Amino acid sequence: MPSRSKLDTVKIAFRNNKFRFGFGLLMFFIIFSLVGGIFTPFSGDGLYYEQIPNTTVKIATYSQKTLPPMSEETLITYLGREIKVRHILGTDAFGKDVYAQLVQGLRTSLWVAFLAAIIGTILGITIGFAAGYRGGWVDEGLMMFVNIMLVIPSIILLILVAAYLSARSPEVQALIIGITNWPWVARAVRAQALSLKNREFVALAKIAGMRDLAIIFGEIMPNMVSYVFMAGILQFSGAILASATLDFIGLGPTTTVSLGTILQKAIAYNALQFGSWWWFIPPGLIITLIITALFFVNLGMEEVFNPRLRRGGE
Amino acid sequence: MGFKKYLVRKTGVYLITFLFAVTLNWLLPRLMPGNPIEGMMAQAGTGGVNEALIEFYEKLYGLDQPLWKQFVNFWSSLFHGDLGYSILYRAPVMDILRHALPYDIVVLLPAIALSWLVGNWLGAIAGKNKRYDRYTMPIFYFLASMPYFWFAMLLVYFVGVELGWLPYQGAYDPSTVPSFSAGFVLDFLKHWILPFLSLFVVMIGSWAIGMRNMIIYELEADYVRYLEALGGSEKLLTKHAYRNAILPQVTGLALQLGLMVAGAIATEIVFNYPGIGVLIMNAALSQDYFLLQGAFLIVVISVLLANFMIDIIYPFIDPRVRASYTEG
Repeated sequence: MPSRSKLDTVKIAFRNNKFRFGFGLLMFFIIFSLVGGIFTPFSGDGLYYEQIPNTTVKIATYSQKTLPPMSEETLITYLGREIKVRHILGTDAFGKDVYAQLVQGLRTSLWVAFLAAIIGTILGITIGFAAGYRGGWVDEGLMMFVNIMLVIPSIILLILVAAYLSARSPEVQALIIGITNWPWVARAVRAQALSLKNREFVALAKIAGMRDLAIIFGEIMPNMVSYVFMAGILQFSGAILASATLDFIGLGPTTTVSLGTILQKAIAYNALQFGSWWWFIPPGLIITLIITALFFVNLGMEEVFNPRLRRGGE
Repeated sequence: MGFKKYLVRKTGVYLITFLFAVTLNWLLPRLMPGNPIEGMMAQAGTGGVNEALIEFYEKLYGLDQPLWKQFVNFWSSLFHGDLGYSILYRAPVMDILRHALPYDIVVLLPAIALSWLVGNWLGAIAGKNKRYDRYTMPIFYFLASMPYFWFAMLLVYFVGVELGWLPYQGAYDPSTVPSFSAGFVLDFLKHWILPFLSLFVVMIGSWAIGMRNMIIYELEADYVRYLEALGGSEKLLTKHAYRNAILPQVTGLALQLGLMVAGAIATEIVFNYPGIGVLIMNAALSQDYFLLQGAFLIVVISVLLANFMIDIIYPFIDPRVRASYTEG
C-alpha cells in the first residue's frame, strides 16, 4: 500500500462496481438534501410562507387536508391570494407537505450523522491509538474501558441522556451519539496500531532518531488513513440509525424535522391505520438506502484494499 | 485448572462493568440540569409544582442527603430489590418491570436464536455459491440496513391494515383475560407473529453477511488449500471452513445483543407491545426518573448476563480460546 499513490487507490476504487453504486447513491441523497427544496414552494417544515409586503414578517398558510401524492390544491393565503400548489408526496395529518419535510429531514439526519461520525471517529482513533501505541497499563486500562462501553447498550445510554435534556438541537444529539459510538473504532484502530508499530519502517524511523509524534503522524497515520476512513463510514451509518431510533422514541431534536421525527409523527397520528403510506414509507426507505449505500462503499473499499475478497462480477 | 482462572477473570470483568453501569445510571440524572422531581411532577400533571410535595418526594427518595450517602443508599436499596416508585404509573418500578419483562423475552429470544440459525445457514450458502451470492447479497445488505421499527411499520401497514390478516396492536385482545385456555394462547400467538417477524427478518441480514464473509475468508485460508491439495472432498472442505467460520459468529451474537435492544425498544413501540420498550419510551417522554433508571438496569443486567453466558460457553467450542488459557 505505501508504494501505491493515493490517486491510484481512488481510481481503483471507482473501478469497483460496489463502490460506484454506493458512492453514487450517497451523492444522490446528499445533493437531494441540498437542492431538493427548489422543486417545492413549501418550506422545510411543510408549510407555505408568505412575506408581508414592506416587512420581514412571514406568515404560514395552513391547509387542513391529508392529501395523497401529486395532488394539487388551491391555498388561500393570509393576504387573500389564491395559489395553486402541488404536493409531490402528499401531505401529513396536519396538512403539511411531506416532500418538503423529507428534504429538510434528510438534511438534518445527514448533518447529525456527519457530526456524530466525526466526534466518534476522533475519539476512537485517539483512544485506540493511545492504547495500541503506548501499550502497558495505558493499554490495559483503556481497553478495559472500551470493553465496558461495548457491552453496555449505547442506545440505552443515549435514551437516558436524551431524556434528561429538555431542549435538544441536532448538534446536541450528534454530540451524545458521538460520545457513545466510539468503542468500535477504538478497538479496530488499536489492532492496526499494534501491528503497524512493529513493522520495519517504524523500527527504522526509531533508529533514525525520529520523535514519537513524528513517527505517529509521518509514518503510521498515512498507513491507517484508509482504515480510519472505513471506520468513519461505519460510524456514519451507525449514527444515522441511532439518531433515527432516538427520534422515533420521541427524543429527537425539538427544533427541527428529521427523518426519524417524521416517522415518529406518522406513528403517533395513526398514518398506518389511515393508510397514508406516503407519510411513512419514503423516510424509512431513505434511511435504509443511505445505510445500504454506505455498506456498499465500505465493501468496495474493502475489496480495493484486500484483493482476496474480490470475486464475481468484476 | 485453567478454566477456573478464566472464569474468575471473566467474572471480575463483568462485575466491574456492572459497577460502572450502575454508577453511571445513578450519576447521569444528577449531572443533568434541572430538578428531576419538579420536572417529573410537572409532566405527570399533578397540577403545577407544589413545594410541599417536592419536599416530600425529595425526602422519600433521599435526595436531601449528601451525595455519597445517596450513592450508598442507591446500592443498598438496589440489593433489596427496591428501584423506587414510578410517578407515571403510580406503582413500584420493580413490579412494573416484572410485568413487562416476560413480553420482551417471548419475542426477543426466539427472534435472536432463529435469525442466528437461519442467517448463518443462508450466509454459508452464499459464501460457497457464487451465482446464488450475486442475487442474495444485495438483499442481505438491504435487510441489514433497515431500521427495525420501519420494517415493523411496513408489516403493520401491509399485513395488518391492508390485508387484515393479523392483529398488530398489543400482546392480546383487550377483551380477553390472560389465562392458559386454548383461545387465549391462540390469540396471544396471533399478536406475537408480527413483532417476532419484524425482528427476525431484519436480523437475518446481518447474520448472513457475517457468515458469508467468514466462509469466503476461510475457504481461501491455507489449511483449506492444503486439504484441497490432499484431495479432500468438497464436503470435507466446507465442513472445516464452516466450523471455523461459525466461531466469530458466536462472539458476534454477544456483541449484537446490545444493538438488538435498540431494535426491540422501537419495535415494541410500533406494535404497542407491553414490554420494557414501551415503558422506556413512556418513562423517557415524561421524564419518569426512577422507571427510566430501573429499565436501564434491567436491560444492562440482561445484556451482561447473556454476554457472560456466551463467554463461558466459548472456550468449549473454540479450541484456540481453550489453548490460550491452558497454556498460559
